[in-house]
Amino acid sequence: MNINFNEAELAFRDEVRSFLSSELPQDIAAKVKGGKHLSKEDHQRWQQILSRKGWYATHWPVEYGGVEWSAVQKHIFDEETAAFGAPRTIPFGVNMVAPVIIKFGTEEQKQHYLPRILSGEDWWCQGYSEPGAGSDLASLKTRAVRQGDHYIVNGQKTWTTLGQHANWIFCLVRTDTQAKPQSGISFLLIDMQTPGITVRPIITLDGEHEVNEVFFEDVKVPVENLVGEENKGWTYAKYLLTYERTGLAGIGASKAALDRLKEIAGKEVKNGKPLLQDPAFASRVAQVEIDLMAAEITNLRIIAAVEGGGVPGAESSMLKVKGTEIRQTITDLMRRAIGPYAQPFPEAEMELDYEGEYLSSDYAAPLAPHYFNMRKLSIFGGSNEIQKNIVAKMILEL
Amino acid sequence: MDFKLNEEQQMLQETAARLVRGEYDFEKRERFRQSDAGFSEAFWQQLSELGLTTVPFDEAHGGFGGGAVELQLIMTELGRGLCLEPYLQSIVFGGGLINQAGNDEQKNDLLPQIAAGTLKVAPALLEPQSRYNLHDVVTKAESDGDGYRLSGRKAVVIGGHCADKLIVSARTSGEQRSHDGISLFVIDGNASGLQRITYETIDGLKGCDLILDSVSVPASALLGPVGQAHAAIDYQAGRAIAAICAEAVGAMEESVNLTLEYLKARKQFGVPIGKFQVLQHRMVDMASELEQARSMAVLAASVADAEPGNRRDSILAAAKNVIGRAGQYISEQSVQLHGGIGMTWEYSGAHYAKRLVMINHQLGDDDHHLEAFVALMKTS
Ligand SMILES: Cc1cc2nc3c(=O)[nH]c(=O)nc-3n(C[C@H](O)[C@H](O)[C@H](O)COP(=O)(O)OP(=O)(O)OC[C@H]3O[C@@H](n4cnc5c(N)ncnc54)[C@H](O)[C@@H]3O)c2cc1C
Repeated sequence: MNINFNEAELAFRDEVRSFLSSELPQDIAAKVKGGKHLSKEDHQRWQQILSRKGWYATHWPVEYGGVEWSAVQKHIFDEETAAFGAPRTIPFGVNMVAPVIIKFGTEEQKQHYLPRILSGEDWWCQGYSEPGAGSDLASLKTRAVRQGDHYIVNGQKTWTTLGQHANWIFCLVRTDTQAKPQSGISFLLIDMQTPGITVRPIITLDGEHEVNEVFFEDVKVPVENLVGEENKGWTYAKYLLTYERTGLAGIGASKAALDRLKEIAGKEVKNGKPLLQDPAFASRVAQVEIDLMAAEITNLRIIAAVEGGGVPGAESSMLKVKGTEIRQTITDLMRRAIGPYAQPFPEAEMELDYEGEYLSSDYAAPLAPHYFNMRKLSIFGGSNEIQKNIVAKMILEL
Repeated sequence: MDFKLNEEQQMLQETAARLVRGEYDFEKRERFRQSDAGFSEAFWQQLSELGLTTVPFDEAHGGFGGGAVELQLIMTELGRGLCLEPYLQSIVFGGGLINQAGNDEQKNDLLPQIAAGTLKVAPALLEPQSRYNLHDVVTKAESDGDGYRLSGRKAVVIGGHCADKLIVSARTSGEQRSHDGISLFVIDGNASGLQRITYETIDGLKGCDLILDSVSVPASALLGPVGQAHAAIDYQAGRAIAAICAEAVGAMEESVNLTLEYLKARKQFGVPIGKFQVLQHRMVDMASELEQARSMAVLAASVADAEPGNRRDSILAAAKNVIGRAGQYISEQSVQLHGGIGMTWEYSGAHYAKRLVMINHQLGDDDHHLEAFVALMKTS
């Protein structure tokens, strides 16, 4: 056993670092590090840079344009991109719908959709949740009725992340109302331009427009947009969920956030000294750093254990819970670090091109909104309560 | 021991509760928040017409002669409504400073107007470098003829945006964090050289930073003895802590109730989610935190008007510590137990969640007060 990176892994890390130093646009990195708003164009610009390098579709087989990286390499890549301030990958196309198309789609679907995901031509969003179907996803009601060579879709999806940017949505729809809930669901790819689709913004508690409601009224979807078999959508959805959760531990992002926390606590002053030298605050920071250290190794052990054998199963649930708790603690500490200045909400300061004077510092404005925004981590991607139910049942066999 | 309210107190509580229930639903609050003032002038007037703004002041100054318990009752109702009016700043803290430190002329002039709600004041005590330490003051007040000239910056003055007068702490002598050498001044909101940088807060209030650039004030602006304002500042901060603890309890009660109702109404997997044991236990923890918070709000009110000293200081620090932690716990769990809905601006529960976390950033957070408690603790 050797838990240090070997020569080849270190060389790979150097390669990633030198790529990031030369290719990651400085303006984008500045936004990410400062917690400022990223535009759709920022995401697309970075995606295209990764795509040209062949490093965008890190979970795909090589034949479709992916890379053959070991779990350790993926980990290194995640960590370095986060440390350099690269935008997080918006997962819906490349890491969610694509693996499903690759595994269950037709050759035609692969030929059509995968290149468009790689090039950034299509922006996908995820149409799973509904007002009445959150944790109990299988109770979803959006209906798709076959009429000739089309499905007619009626219903509503909600919490659709960045649906306002998307031109495609992958949906779970009910195609059989008689069967058991899980057995009547199909997996449909829907063009957002189709008549009958309305996207309505949902503003979150931090004032952001990140999620949406999507309404379907007699929306005609060609049958060739069905993935796999009719009424087998639940199987594909479950396959996708494990992909979704693997990334949710967010170790790389937490390490970057921890560095940022230390930087901020080093600049903030308490009784004339840096806050980071305050024993109580330093203990809080140290505690989360220690937890993160453990979670990183847990993460690596779990990924290594399934190396070659696809994606982790129920173990990824454990990682998701720990990882999100750690991230939430870090954002809690960042908000605490700025003391009374956590209260003001000078929204203009959250834009990178802000030219006015900062109320207190150039880093304070996004910290409290960000703390509130990050409450979502323990809710989405399967809530942390649901993850624990999975661990209890699947791993502990309770 | 008797935790019951007397008849007069019950009436006061009912008056405040009825007013808030009638005037402050969530949609109205959103409208008040978006108005220029950031609160409802009409509601402020009603507070005054019902005599609620007069509560802590002496009868001689047009007051009701109430104490910390009466304030506690009102603040809890205001917390329940997430009310945006500067009651804490003007009536409790600002009015308290003038009442304690002011001379007869100042008291006779200002207190009746504050009690009537026609004059709003806001204490401006913190500075960008001071975090929660009210003695960390570098704003300078220099003698200038008969009066003083003030220069410096005061930070996060909640309610300062609409205050007719600001009560500013400034250093007339002493080192940056020395408690000696701090003086208080009552400054007109439109004094020349005084600039307000106003902003909304994340939880819907409004406030400002003050920039004082050679603001000249007459000698009569000095509130209390030169260089000895720390006594009034510390004591009145304690009364404000007791009041904000009560506000927090009102907000917590609403937050806990909303969550409890949601657990009964929201169905997943064919049952109300409140049937899941893990959520039941979480709800029990929220309710227990609320009980702890209630107890500390009662305890804080019981010492807020007492003689200054170790016992009062440590109880108030303990109370704010409990409130800070309980508030954050209830806030986070209320969002979590609501799922996606809890994250939305449209849902009132999210605004309780924000206020509860932000109360921890006003008048010192749980770490600050733990440290204060440790410093007062008898360790031998
Ligand atoms: C910011 C954000 C972005 C999102 N993006 C997307 C997206 O792009 N696409 C998409 O389809 N969805 C998205 N979601 C939806 C997300 O997946 C759901 O919010 C999540 O599944 C929870 O569902 P719910 O909100 O209906 O809460 P509910 O399922 O109603 O849960 C409420 C509470 O009950 C608990 N609970 C439920 N069942 C159980 C149980 N059996 N045992 C114990 N506790 C239980 C939950 O943990 C939670 O605490 C997003 C959500 C958020 C907040």
